[in-house]
Amino acid sequence: MAKTYNRLNSISPGWNIALSVLLTISAILCVAPLVLVVVISLSSSSSLAYQGYTFWPSEWTTVAYRHLAKTGTQIANGYKVTIAYTVVNTVLSLFVMSMFAYVLAQKNFKARRAITLFAFFTMLFSGGLVPSYILNVQYLGMYNTFWIFIFPGLMSFYSCVILRTFITSSIPDSLFEAAKIDGAGHFRIYFQIVLPLFKAGLATIGLFKVVGNWNDWFTGKLYITEPKLTPLNTMLTRIMDSISFIKNNAANLNDDQIKAILNDMPTESARMAITVITVAPILFAYPFFQKYFVQGLTIGSVKG
Amino acid sequence: MNVTQKKERHLRPRWVDDIPLYLMALPGLLCLLIFSYLPMIGLVMAFQKLDLRKGIFTSPWVGLDNFKFLFYSTDAWVITRNTVCYNAVFIVLNMFLAVLLALLLSELISRKLAKTLQTIFIMPHFLSWPVVAIIAFAFLSANNGFLNKIVAFFGGPERTNWYMEVKPWPLILVVVTMWKGVGYSAIVYLAAISGISQEYYEAAMLDGASKVQQARYITIPHLKTMMTILLIMAIGGIFRGDFGLFYTVPRNTGTLYPVTNIIDTYVYNAMAVLSNYGMATAAGLYQSVVGCILIFISNKIVSRIEPDNALF
Repeated sequence: MAKTYNRLNSISPGWNIALSVLLTISAILCVAPLVLVVVISLSSSSSLAYQGYTFWPSEWTTVAYRHLAKTGTQIANGYKVTIAYTVVNTVLSLFVMSMFAYVLAQKNFKARRAITLFAFFTMLFSGGLVPSYILNVQYLGMYNTFWIFIFPGLMSFYSCVILRTFITSSIPDSLFEAAKIDGAGHFRIYFQIVLPLFKAGLATIGLFKVVGNWNDWFTGKLYITEPKLTPLNTMLTRIMDSISFIKNNAANLNDDQIKAILNDMPTESARMAITVITVAPILFAYPFFQKYFVQGLTIGSVKG
Repeated sequence: MNVTQKKERHLRPRWVDDIPLYLMALPGLLCLLIFSYLPMIGLVMAFQKLDLRKGIFTSPWVGLDNFKFLFYSTDAWVITRNTVCYNAVFIVLNMFLAVLLALLLSELISRKLAKTLQTIFIMPHFLSWPVVAIIAFAFLSANNGFLNKIVAFFGGPERTNWYMEVKPWPLILVVVTMWKGVGYSAIVYLAAISGISQEYYEAAMLDGASKVQQARYITIPHLKTMMTILLIMAIGGIFRGDFGLFYTVPRNTGTLYPVTNIIDTYVYNAMAVLSNYGMATAAGLYQSVVGCILIFISNKIVSRIEPDNALF
């Protein structure tokens, strides 16, 4: 954003007000859908039954959240899995990728070109969904295990390239050379010089990973049936699926069956409450880390 | 530096010095080998009728049958059309709106307001697809949905079941995608606009150029290279659809497939629902090969325009 704006060249006060109002209305429209979900989660079931989904229900209540707090062992489990997935995969993957980026940054390393080519090809071509699924399930035995969240997503060459850009732009070559002359090996240089000096790079890639892992629902959907190992976002898709299931099969099910499924299923406001607590951590956190996302995006698009 | 290197080379060969580097690259290389290269071998399934009990290499070979089945049905055409057309609309509209938003935000006099609004506009980007699908459901639900309320307010029909109506879905998908992505895409353009030297604008102002003229003759030309490159890069990925969007938001509804089925959802359904592994692999291979060719072409064009931005 422009730091030095020219007072003379700025738009006239009238236009500024018009523009501010226009953009503010757009911003309100932009958050409105999410607000609707929050409001539904705070509406009583009787007002939902009479009014449907509205922004201003006749009766407000926090009963959905209290109910979840009391009975939600599965939600608590979902939180645990999601947090463990997010933290473990992000930390391990930052470690693997930053070492790889360090290697990519060594201009005198003979095998650098071969390694780059080997890694780069994975960006162009992939085996696709089915072979990966068969490999992970049949050969690596990761179906319904926590490892499926950790290993397949460890390495992304694209992120390595961004990390390398951070290393080469924030740490001068002369620093590496000075360290080598002092007799420091590569591991020592990596741990004692590189890691502390490019925290911004690690933070940027780490935050992208955190958001990606937290929001990943597909891995759980594909590989996990065990409720104890189901991440929050996968749980949300399961809830939506069971609603569709009733809708599509209502003719074939008898009332008892429908009742049994409905009993298992959270009420409308509870569903929305689960949605809210799923997104809340990310939504509260991202404004504070916005600068890193901006940084990562601009580096990624310029030097990709 | 050179002196020490020479000395060291006397003592031990160069590759010994490099051992730590190989060790550091090893975990990453192993990950790529296992999770990127091994699945490529599995692509042979595209030419088999896979029997999971027999495994990949002992299943019966069927030649090109999977591809014939795919391309003789209308499926291949429908999913290719949907993938490419939706992506084309997404790419162009997203770029237009993102540049517009960046231009407007950069003109606001209050930097604080601009910053706050930007934070709000990128919010939807951080929502997961299941969450977006539930938000969409809050609008589209037949019984309680907010959209039906708006329609009824304007005297339209009540209780439309939007998940059964094919026609509005292209619009719904475009609106959802723009809502989720435009604010985020605007970040790049905002950064680029702030990098344009103020002197251009001052000179233009002295010559009596209006704000619209300044945008047209200074800002847009400055963004042009970046826009072209992002556009071509996006075209390189036009064969890859957003699975999350097309699977979760229409809730994988069969009635809507003619307008919501893309290659990615087709592959998933062929595998997870129909257990037709051979066909699913064939469709995936088709996507990978065409996608790869498109990346090569787009990269060639980018390297002509701006060699620094080329991937290779």
